[in-house]
Amino acid sequence: MSDASDTNGPVLAADGRPLKASLNRALRKQKMRALMLIAPLLIFVLVAFILPIADMLFRSVENTIVRDTLPRTVVAMSSWNSDEAETPDEAVYRALFIDVFLASEAKTHTRLGSRLNYETTGISSLFRQSGREVGDMAEVYEDQFEDLDARWTEDVFWAEFMGDPAWFAQAQGAEDPGPTFVLKDGISDVLPKTADAYATFANFVQVEDEDNPAAEDPWALVHAMLYEDLTEQDISGYDGFGADLLADAAAAVEGFEAPSYKSSFIDMDEDWASPEVLGTIQAYSPPFTPGYFLKAVDMQLTPDGIEAQSEDRAIYLKLFWRTVWMSLFITGMTILLGYPVAFLLAKLPMRQSSLLMILVLLPFWTSLLVRTSAWKVLLQQQGVINDLLVWSGLINEAGRLVMINNQLGTIIAMTHILLPFMILPLYSVMATIPPSYVRAAKSLGATNWVAFWRVYFPQSVPGIGAGSILVFILAIGYYITPALVGGTSGIFISNRIAYHISSSLNWGLAAALGSILLAAVLILYWAYDRIVGIDNVKLG
Amino acid sequence: MIFFGQKKKNDITDREKGCLLADTETNDGFVVFDRVQKSYDGETLVVKDLNLSIGKGEFLTMLGPSGSGKTTCLMMLAGFETATHGDILLDGSPINNIPPHKRGVGMVFQNYALFPHMTVGENLSFPLEVRKIAKSDRESKVTRALEMVQMGDFLNRRPAQLSGGQQQRIALARALVFEPDLVLMDEPLGALDKQLREHMQFEITHLAHELGLTTVYVTHDQTEALTMSDRVAVFDDGRIQQLDPPDVLYEKPKNGFVAQFIGENNTLEGVVKEIKGDTCVIALDDGEVIDATPVNVSEVGQRTTVSIRPERVEYNKERLQEGAHTLKAEVLEFIYMGDIFRTRLRVAGSENFIIKTRNAPDQEKLKPGQQIEIGWLPSDCRALDV
Ligand SMILES: Nc1ncnc2c1ncn2[C@@H]1O[C@H](COP(=O)(O)OP(=O)(O)O)[C@@H](O)[C@H]1O
Ligand SMILES: [Mg+2]
Repeated sequence: MSDASDTNGPVLAADGRPLKASLNRALRKQKMRALMLIAPLLIFVLVAFILPIADMLFRSVENTIVRDTLPRTVVAMSSWNSDEAETPDEAVYRALFIDVFLASEAKTHTRLGSRLNYETTGISSLFRQSGREVGDMAEVYEDQFEDLDARWTEDVFWAEFMGDPAWFAQAQGAEDPGPTFVLKDGISDVLPKTADAYATFANFVQVEDEDNPAAEDPWALVHAMLYEDLTEQDISGYDGFGADLLADAAAAVEGFEAPSYKSSFIDMDEDWASPEVLGTIQAYSPPFTPGYFLKAVDMQLTPDGIEAQSEDRAIYLKLFWRTVWMSLFITGMTILLGYPVAFLLAKLPMRQSSLLMILVLLPFWTSLLVRTSAWKVLLQQQGVINDLLVWSGLINEAGRLVMINNQLGTIIAMTHILLPFMILPLYSVMATIPPSYVRAAKSLGATNWVAFWRVYFPQSVPGIGAGSILVFILAIGYYITPALVGGTSGIFISNRIAYHISSSLNWGLAAALGSILLAAVLILYWAYDRIVGIDNVKLG
Repeated sequence: MIFFGQKKKNDITDREKGCLLADTETNDGFVVFDRVQKSYDGETLVVKDLNLSIGKGEFLTMLGPSGSGKTTCLMMLAGFETATHGDILLDGSPINNIPPHKRGVGMVFQNYALFPHMTVGENLSFPLEVRKIAKSDRESKVTRALEMVQMGDFLNRRPAQLSGGQQQRIALARALVFEPDLVLMDEPLGALDKQLREHMQFEITHLAHELGLTTVYVTHDQTEALTMSDRVAVFDDGRIQQLDPPDVLYEKPKNGFVAQFIGENNTLEGVVKEIKGDTCVIALDDGEVIDATPVNVSEVGQRTTVSIRPERVEYNKERLQEGAHTLKAEVLEFIYMGDIFRTRLRVAGSENFIIKTRNAPDQEKLKPGQQIEIGWLPSDCRALDV
């Protein structure tokens, strides 16, 4: 008995430390070394696989574009209910005016237009048009101030009027973009909206255009804000630079023409009064949206809630269903064709089985594109198989079979391409079944068939399971082959995902479709594990 | 145990017939190999001219080193390999063209080959199902077979849940449950530990005799062959070297291979000087001259190997029998093994001469370096081929 076990405390190692701690210390080095070995792969998988998938999952619900582009409108609209027949009040349109003005300066209004166009067609052109015309709405004020005094449109005047004197001294005549703009002390108290608009302008000019604000005419938006400030604020206390000009303007604004923003917008395009357009903006104003997922299952998020997509635009469920049943069918075909080959591979003497194995693996050594194109050559109506059939008289010239650019084409080509993924796991399982089992069955009186079906086949089932999972999961996400030989009736969901990624640029929808596909595979895998048991799957 | 009660009555007569057959190479045995040859590759013969007749109810063991063709013979009998030449007859009729499942031969495989996806009960009822035996009959037969191997409680276990010895019993029960006339066993005890093996040897022999089975048993373990069999066929190089009951095999090996393969054996080399009837005179290579029994030496001047079993050599003068031949020897090594003493001697130039003596109270314990005189009867000293 060691003295360690005499005490009641933790077992101690020879040096008096707790045995557990000593063991952990000894193991840590091993673990670290093991971790170092897999670290490159781990990092690679994390960067190249896990992160993109997380990004995809995020993109499928992410929707900050409305809120980023029209921040004021989103806030102003929050109390408006699209079910009401009433259009929103003036405050909403004023916010919209400022947002669209700024967005059109930053040229982000077209991006928002295309995004919202996925939901309601026509919004894209509405935004493009509005981006052009909000300028005119602001110029009404600019022109009236200019008529009052030409200095109201002068760059230097505005710079000195709004800018800190120290900044102005440096900025005058400085090279672009000049020193960073600083607002004059106290000007925000006198003219809050104007100061805010000018600061935004100065910042934009310096950061985006890299110009000197002291040498740029301010936006017409600044004049619109000045008008508002003058009607709302008491400027009598102001005695700084331009105080006299400001006092004149304050006296004059009462006579200014000031059309309401609401009527201006509705005059520009009556869509701005449509509850559908405004409702869409409102429906997509939260930072996260279920809209892409709803789209992916042929529903849509309308101002009135969730609705089924109209018949002619409902394509995704059909496509998902087709992807699943065709993948199952292809899996079944590979089992039927692959089982005898794997059986033969496991049975034949070494030399012949090596040769057969090379034939099985041969397709792996040619490019997927080449193999698929070869099927095109074989299957097309003027192709080799049809020519042979016509030549042998089995079909006549008019009756040439349509075997490509449809589901049949996809099934034939994909069965061929995925066959090795069925044969290899089947073979590796069959190779481990000792021949003595079948011999034993026969010696017990079983015919060849009974020995196969009752003794050999059950033991090869794990191979079928492994092959099926492999083939099915590969098939369900297949892209190139359906795209080349599937026509329109034989394409898979992945072709649609690719379309949204590269052609329609609707990445959110592509991400939602991809996420659903991923979830479907995981659910099937889980179900398979529950029913068959993943322990029953052997790859060798 | 009253399994296959009918056959039990025939037991004795069948076994007698088997023993009769032991000395006659007639073609009326239950299993007959008639000039059978086998080649797998068309270049070398794995089985060369095999003639063998096995009587009904006989327990015959094929014994030989690995690769000597034992399994091949068994496979030809079971129908999994075809003889390249010659006939195999079962109960008088040739079976070359009968497929394995119609031969009705029970077989126990070396790795047991219990179907892993079936329970013990399903394994046992498999041969009955394929024979379309009614369910109630099946159940009673399975139960009886399991009881026969004392495994009645294991009906619903899977093979993977059984120990090696239990699997062995189930394999045996499965081979017997459909009441075959002939049972083949290919090294069935090879994977078991020594104690279990000895126990199973006894049980298998017992069962085989009880049920009157004709058994062909393959092993490379000579003890197993000697303890279990009615007759042993010693295989080497695709031929039967000797076919005899165990005692004859041990005491009267017909050639050098059999003498070496069965039991321990001392050999001395020399030249035949004289042959007279059932004794001969051999001049050993170091000049000693001894008497021996000629086995396969035929002429004077021929080189020969003389074989003497270690336990037939005596050094205690009082125990030396009349007519024993004596030789001088020097003790090289003495090993105490409990029940026996094993002593290595230098005799007539050979340094590997072993003697075994029983650990009796009056037995002298020899010391290395001691000079002694050893002796044996000429009848225990057999002059064989080189
Ligand atoms: N299926 C086979 N194909 C080719 N050669 C074989 C086959 N089975 C056995 N052999 C050869 O035949 C010889 C005898 O084998 P086997 O009958 O298994 O011997 P044993 O059972 O006595 O060990 C060996 O040399 C072995 O290599
Ligand atoms: Mg063997």
